[in-house]
Amino acid sequence: MDLRTLWQHDLAYSFRRSPVTIAAAALALLCVGSALLAPWIAPYNPFDAASLDLNAALAPPAWVDSGVAAHPLGTDDQGRDMLSTILYGTRISLAVGVAAVLFSVTVGVALGLLSGYAGGRVDAFLMRVADVQLSFPPILVALLINGVARMALPNSAQEQIAIPVLVLALGVSGWVQYARTVRGSTLVEKNREYVQAARVIGRHPLAIMLRHVLPNVLGPVLVIATIHIATAIITEATLSFLGVGVPPTTPSLGTLISRGNEFLISGVWWIVIFPGFALVTLVLSVNLLGDWLRDALNPKLR
Amino acid sequence: MTSALPLLRLEGVGRDFDVSRPWLNRVLEGAPRRLLRAVDGVSFEVRRGETLALVGESGCGKSTLARLIVGLYAPSRGRIEFDGVEVSDPARRSEAAPMRRRMQMIFQDPYASLNPRWRVREIVAEPVVVLNLSKDGFKIDERVAELLRQVGLAPEDGAKYPHEFSGGQRQRISIARALAGHPEFLVCDEPTSALDVSVQAQILNLMRDLQARLGLTYLFISHNLAVVSQIADRIGVMYLGRLVELASAADLFARPRHPYTRMLLDAVPDLEMSGRQRTPVAGEVPNPLAPPAGCAFHPRCPHADERCRRESPALQWRGEAAAACHAVEEQRI
Amino acid sequence: MTPVLEITDLRVEFPTRRGSLVAVDGVSLAIAPGEVLGVVGESGAGKSLTGTAVIGLLEPPGRIAAGEIRLEGERIDRLPHERLRRIRGRRIGAIFQDPLTSLNPLYTIGAQLVETIRTHLDLGAGAARERALALLGEVGIPAPEARIDHYPHQFSGGMRQRVVIALALCAEPRLIIADEPTTALDVSIQAQIIQLLKRLARDHGTAVMLITHDMGVIAETADRVAVMYAGRIAEIGPVREVIAAARHPYTAGLMGAIPKIRRAGAARAPLVQIEGAMPRLNAIPRGCAFHPRCAKCFERCRSERPELRAAGSNHAACWLYDERPASAQA
Repeated sequence: MDLRTLWQHDLAYSFRRSPVTIAAAALALLCVGSALLAPWIAPYNPFDAASLDLNAALAPPAWVDSGVAAHPLGTDDQGRDMLSTILYGTRISLAVGVAAVLFSVTVGVALGLLSGYAGGRVDAFLMRVADVQLSFPPILVALLINGVARMALPNSAQEQIAIPVLVLALGVSGWVQYARTVRGSTLVEKNREYVQAARVIGRHPLAIMLRHVLPNVLGPVLVIATIHIATAIITEATLSFLGVGVPPTTPSLGTLISRGNEFLISGVWWIVIFPGFALVTLVLSVNLLGDWLRDALNPKLR
Repeated sequence: MTSALPLLRLEGVGRDFDVSRPWLNRVLEGAPRRLLRAVDGVSFEVRRGETLALVGESGCGKSTLARLIVGLYAPSRGRIEFDGVEVSDPARRSEAAPMRRRMQMIFQDPYASLNPRWRVREIVAEPVVVLNLSKDGFKIDERVAELLRQVGLAPEDGAKYPHEFSGGQRQRISIARALAGHPEFLVCDEPTSALDVSVQAQILNLMRDLQARLGLTYLFISHNLAVVSQIADRIGVMYLGRLVELASAADLFARPRHPYTRMLLDAVPDLEMSGRQRTPVAGEVPNPLAPPAGCAFHPRCPHADERCRRESPALQWRGEAAAACHAVEEQRI
Repeated sequence: MTPVLEITDLRVEFPTRRGSLVAVDGVSLAIAPGEVLGVVGESGAGKSLTGTAVIGLLEPPGRIAAGEIRLEGERIDRLPHERLRRIRGRRIGAIFQDPLTSLNPLYTIGAQLVETIRTHLDLGAGAARERALALLGEVGIPAPEARIDHYPHQFSGGMRQRVVIALALCAEPRLIIADEPTTALDVSIQAQIIQLLKRLARDHGTAVMLITHDMGVIAETADRVAVMYAGRIAEIGPVREVIAAARHPYTAGLMGAIPKIRRAGAARAPLVQIEGAMPRLNAIPRGCAFHPRCAKCFERCRSERPELRAAGSNHAACWLYDERPASAQA
């Protein structure tokens, strides 16, 4: 009985057995797919100033009286089609979320591995840095980095730099959880006999860390990263809502919600509800997938 | 022709572990530093081509000693020489490196001693790659196939992962890996303790066979005297970090001298059902953090006297055999 | 005399997506009061599962698919959970391999003993404590009055196992299932625990099922022994007979593979080695499960599964001992 195929089979099996997970996966795929294909499937390009038609501003969704079929989800105050803005917005949100998580994973895993394997003072130092950082709420850290960047850079560069700075801010606020997990696993694996065997053979410590230990500590990272994508997207939405996230010219779902909020009181509900709904769907489906992955990969629950 | 120079020589080797509580706790509670003497003043030689076994129960330091010899730990005291060259000095690591290449280790746990994410081929080839014995991929594959055959596996097994094999087969893979770099000396840390009896027999037979064919020297560590009787030429008995007896296998079983050795032999279950009288064994291995004063065995020893409670006995040689016991020295037993 | 434990044709299965795996296949045995029956076998033979099935602690999806388990004549394999739970502590005691995990580290051993005693016997707190002290003395804990209020981590491995034995004896059980009780202990302590178990069985008239892979422990402790292979009993008989004159080829191979100390300068021969390994649960051979590894295998062994039959003073599941001259040449 080949255990590896059994495991992979088990994963597929547990996936098939859970209708919630299948639904979540389908939804996530829908969100991601449509976001990726936005330039091709969006009926309009909301960022092309030339295509804006102010006459169509504040049109309600198609099924309400005075809505038009050309704009199924209505338009905003500048005549931009809501469906298109949501598609493009999701794209930005996802891009920022995934990039931030990639950054966190790289930094976190590297530092965690180093900390766990080297031990001693290196470990103590890195873990204190992590502890200090953890005492700041992630939003605060992101705000801080953002603020510093804005002060340090000239106004003209603000636009281009906004997204990379945002990714950096989100990434820096999230590396600690990976570092801690990987450090814990590394401490365990370091004392296992296959690592000792490699040392007896005379392998260089760096080679041992990368080739022996790393493949065995990456498991939990996958689970954390999946759920982290959801949190990163929400944090980005929050930052953008507060006005310190993506620039207004490339709105993410957060920016859309922020803008739409102002119109809510005058009864124009579709500008905030639809982007909000899109955000919730995306985050929920990714979270559910992450939940399933964590349970499916946990040997104790099988 | 066996050279007179022993292959491995230990002189007064000791290793301490600092198991004190964290600094902050110590300061707040006024607690002292705690030092665990895992190995204390061990001296012996291993001759070329022989199998020297080290036996003892938990806490006796045999596993720590194994790791000291292969260089996983540095000794706190004493000296280790391989083929006349000192290998225990961390400052002279580059001189020791060619010596280190001639020794390898086999571990106890067949499930933890192979990287679960590597294929068997990569695992077995690692020493070849690290020691730069060959850069030719084809030659490396050939060597791996040859090694796998030598340990009773098939060359096709190289493509599989460790979890596809049973415990006994994994131990064979470990042995193949250990042999890849053409070592002369193998330190075997309880290689069969985690295996079923019938598999253990296969592995022990394999190890004896390999020793005869390849001219290997073994340091075989075990807690099981019966297993050791199958493979050892000489046997050393350890208790609480010290070597208490050393003799040829035949001598040790026929005329055990140290009271602990006698107790160990007595504790071996009687499969022949000869109905032999068993001296009831007393007490348990004391806490290594707080070893008894004088001779470490005296609380459990039926022959202990005042001197034993005060003075720690040194290893005394009589011909080819040694024992660290006042009663033996004074010829009381 | 009714045996304390009687197992008839026990079958334990694990349903998987690819069909059922049979881990225990048609095991029958009986233990008389005061008797120690050893159940010996290598890993995967099904001996631990047999014990677990008797105690009723089989983890789902594992289940008892067929057969009967009778405790003093009464069937216990089909009982509802609640009744089985009450029987478990009161009439069946259990001793497992790892004394560290068998005791709750957060409670003193006195508290654990008293709780168990009071759950199963109708005693007040004072009387229960008296009984606990008596038990601790009986299992050889020195100064029980001082140690009864200690926590498990304050005991050494051997002492902890003694406490576990005391806990198992609390409610005067009729049967004790001991699963590898000495494997995690040092050799010198093993001998002590073995002696203790034997004495207690004799003194209390308790039946003991001693499950282990260590033939040496069996030789010292058991009256009879059952050798298991691939979920079946290969041979069962008095300990002396099975060890000195094993009838089943597997038992004979096993005894030959066990290293023994030769006292006076006898030459060192290679150990008897049984080629191959125990089959995995999803690949148990047809006919006799041992036949692919057996030097004495013949045609009938490949197709028909042998039942336990008389073989000298033992019973062996082997066609070599079939009286009917029908097929079979050895």
